[in-house]
Amino acid sequence: MTVNAHSPITADAAIPASAEEDAIIRFEGVAKSFPARKNSAAVHALAGIDLAVPRSSIVGVIGRSGAGKSTLIRLVNGLEKPTAGRVIVDGTDVTRLDERTLRSVRRSIGMVFQHFNLLSSRTVFDNVALPLEIAGTDRRTIEQRVNPLLELVGLADKRGRYPAELSGGQKQRVGIARALATQPKVLLSDEATSALDPETTRSILDLLATINRELGLTILLITHEMAVIRAIAQRVAVLDAGRIVEQGDVFDLFTRPQHETTRSFLAAESGRELPAFVASQIRPEPVPGGQVVVRIVFRGPFATHPVLSQLARELGIDVNILGGAVDSIAGRPFGTLIVGLPNNGSSLDKALAFLKARDLDTEVLGHVA
Amino acid sequence: MSPEIARLILQATVDTLYMVLVATALGTLLGLPLGVFLATSRRGELFSAPWLNAVLGFIVNATRSTPFIILVVAIIPFTRLVAGTSIGTTAAIVPLTVAATPFIARLIEAAVREVDQGLIEAARAMGASPLQIVAKVLVPEALPGIVLGLTLAVVSLIGYSAIVGVVGGGGLGDLGIRYGYQRFMPEVMGAVVVVLIVLVQGVQSLGDRLALRLNKRLRHA
Ligand SMILES: Nc1ncnc2c1ncn2[C@@H]1O[C@H](COP(=O)(O)OP(=O)(O)OP(=O)(O)O)[C@@H](O)[C@H]1O
Ligand SMILES: [Mg+2]
Repeated sequence: MTVNAHSPITADAAIPASAEEDAIIRFEGVAKSFPARKNSAAVHALAGIDLAVPRSSIVGVIGRSGAGKSTLIRLVNGLEKPTAGRVIVDGTDVTRLDERTLRSVRRSIGMVFQHFNLLSSRTVFDNVALPLEIAGTDRRTIEQRVNPLLELVGLADKRGRYPAELSGGQKQRVGIARALATQPKVLLSDEATSALDPETTRSILDLLATINRELGLTILLITHEMAVIRAIAQRVAVLDAGRIVEQGDVFDLFTRPQHETTRSFLAAESGRELPAFVASQIRPEPVPGGQVVVRIVFRGPFATHPVLSQLARELGIDVNILGGAVDSIAGRPFGTLIVGLPNNGSSLDKALAFLKARDLDTEVLGHVA
Repeated sequence: MSPEIARLILQATVDTLYMVLVATALGTLLGLPLGVFLATSRRGELFSAPWLNAVLGFIVNATRSTPFIILVVAIIPFTRLVAGTSIGTTAAIVPLTVAATPFIARLIEAAVREVDQGLIEAARAMGASPLQIVAKVLVPEALPGIVLGLTLAVVSLIGYSAIVGVVGGGGLGDLGIRYGYQRFMPEVMGAVVVVLIVLVQGVQSLGDRLALRLNKRLRHA
């Protein structure tokens, strides 16, 4: 099973043919507009969407509120119809299906929701059984299917409880078990962790990762938090005002963000943030006798090399470390350092050239005294 | 109180319960689908049919705004057609049902509208048909609200049933008027009022308790 297929794609590149071929979900030139109403103008929720979700992968879509994330994910199971383009799920163009066929296709696509959407009148067991009842499955098969799922999500002891008697995290586990009941090929997750605290979020994401690994289930998830993408996604698309502004491998996107929106999502990520004492003093114009603030991103093999001490030794330049962190994404190490370099033209250029020669990315953020 | 009077009160109580319960049952039979349809047929909803929704809504409102006493008299030909006669306890069930149906439909509509839209979304995502959504999601989730609505309907019908005396419908209200008022027997009037109070209290607390038991949104043991 090839789950962690990191294809070497740069952020702006088109999807290579290999991923294209084995994409279980494919958006092709998709647009979605909501028509104007009496007292509201038409909304162009999505435009020019091209996105491929490789089989058995976890793909994240990140965007701000109103960016069109929910609209995008609802196109996959036909809860919305696009105004242009095609959405192909496992070889079928779901935009062309009549309601009846669409209903049977939906049984092969599970969905989890931000607010869980559990039936308050049904027990945990009966909530998980609901999609099977709808599919007309007999009671014996339902028993055989539901009990292992409750084991999988760790709620076997709660089978007779009602949703009101569960915590948020437990409710989402029921939601996940329910989404898996019909043994779908694809799991759609619309902000599944947005109503949960960080620790519970972590455990739900771990559960999703386990399901992806053990069942080979493809997961398309939507979020407004980079931490979620970073925790489990392999590929990511950044949605801004209805368009995908950047997509690619999660590691590339984290270490070499191209678009402003992506950068703003990454701003709060560990090590990228300016320390408060720098942020309060930094200014765009050079300060005579001051320092240039530079962010250095260490990727791959150099992430753990002592590049800065070499720089100081070989070029005789004082490097003032202001902040940073070393971390890993999808098992690949990367680090961010925020440093102050002396503000004199030649040594700054030399330092930047030295770093570039070692394949490190640098970004001049501003100046301090 | 003479055994004769006691027998009359017992008979009237049975008549009232008979009329009210049968009218509620028929009203629910007709009002449930009507109410569910009203709750799901505006533009963009499950059974989107804005025109039919508007027409049915108008008919429901018109029926509900007609005073019951006028309704009883106005539909006498219809009552005769359905019940074969326009007088008597059984015939009285017809106007009671006609009044109960739109009332119950509105109560059920309100209860169904209370159901979280997210549940409809989830059911659609599972591949449920509109009828499955009604049967497996909307009605079960609205059930506590429906039970409270029906309780209210029964209590209101007990009140209405006093009026059907004018078409020989019998029942407690009729007895109270004929004996208590026209024959000036205040003890009959008093007894009728007491029985009505007991009935209404009983129905209300039964409905409340049932609704509470069905409501799994509360954390009760
Ligand atoms: N049924 C609808 N009719 C009209 N406009 C809609 C409809 N559904 C969504 N929109 C609009 O489309 C845009 C995208 O909405 P969408 O729900 O996809 O955003 P989102 O990214 O999921 O936001 P959030 O993070 O707040 O959930 C918004 O401007 C929204 O107002
Ligand atoms: Mg949304």
